[in-house]
Amino acid sequence: MLRDKEKKLIRELWERLIPVAEDIGSDALLRMLVTFPGTKTYFSHLDIRPRSAHLRSHGKKIVLAIAEGAKDISQLTVTLAPLQILHAYQLRITPSNFKLFSHCMLVALACFLGEDFTPVTHAAMDKYLSAFAAVLAEKYR
Amino acid sequence: MVEWSDQERSIITSIFASLDYEDIGPKALSRCLIVYPWTQRYFGGFGNLYNAEAIKTNPMIAAHGIKVLHGLDRAVKNMDNIKATYAELSVMHSEKLHIDPDNFKLLADCLTIVIAAKMGTAFTADIQAAFQKFLSVVVNALGRQYH
Repeated sequence: MLRDKEKKLIRELWERLIPVAEDIGSDALLRMLVTFPGTKTYFSHLDIRPRSAHLRSHGKKIVLAIAEGAKDISQLTVTLAPLQILHAYQLRITPSNFKLFSHCMLVALACFLGEDFTPVTHAAMDKYLSAFAAVLAEKYR
Repeated sequence: MVEWSDQERSIITSIFASLDYEDIGPKALSRCLIVYPWTQRYFGGFGNLYNAEAIKTNPMIAAHGIKVLHGLDRAVKNMDNIKATYAELSVMHSEKLHIDPDNFKLLADCLTIVIAAKMGTAFTADIQAAFQKFLSVVVNALGRQYH
């Protein structure tokens, strides 16, 4: 579980990233689609070529949801309730893919933040994204 | 056998040709020990691993990080036969070091992130994909001889 210091770090970092949500989100998504081609199967309804409008808007949506959750991590189950239902009953994305996306989000953050993406920040972010993914999949079964 | 495109080969050789082993090796290993603390179980004799600062400045960990990174050189030189190249190393990691092979992936992920932080936007999605493909072949080869 995240310690108070980690929650603060994550909350402040995502607040700083909201203005570049589209860039970070579309970068992470593209990395996932290219590195793990199986994930493309969920996007047959979208144009996922690099720099496409769909990629940018979808990436932005995901990052804003992650940033919203970061505002109060102890309330993740409440904040994510609508998304839990969406993923469980409509999207039904195989949960192992959340790990793949989380990893690509970490890579995108490393590229964006460089040396500022310290091991301590990386550890806290990994914990947060794991918690986020776990809550997202909670209503699956 | 693993198929490598010309582009993938050139991406891998170019990353390793310009790699600063003395910088990246220590960073990758110490990051692994910090982000995945259970991996510290394999480093009982390495001195102070009490917190992130201690791990980052530990000279034994730094030296070991460089050694592990150089361990990848043979795979770069033998990309068409990584499995055979690492057969002996795999046996050693299993029989002598007793390392849970799932941990190889964790170190590989940390190495990817350290290189991403170093290269910034130059670490494109295509380069990431090629690099991760290479590392996953290495990880598989290292776990291959466990029984």
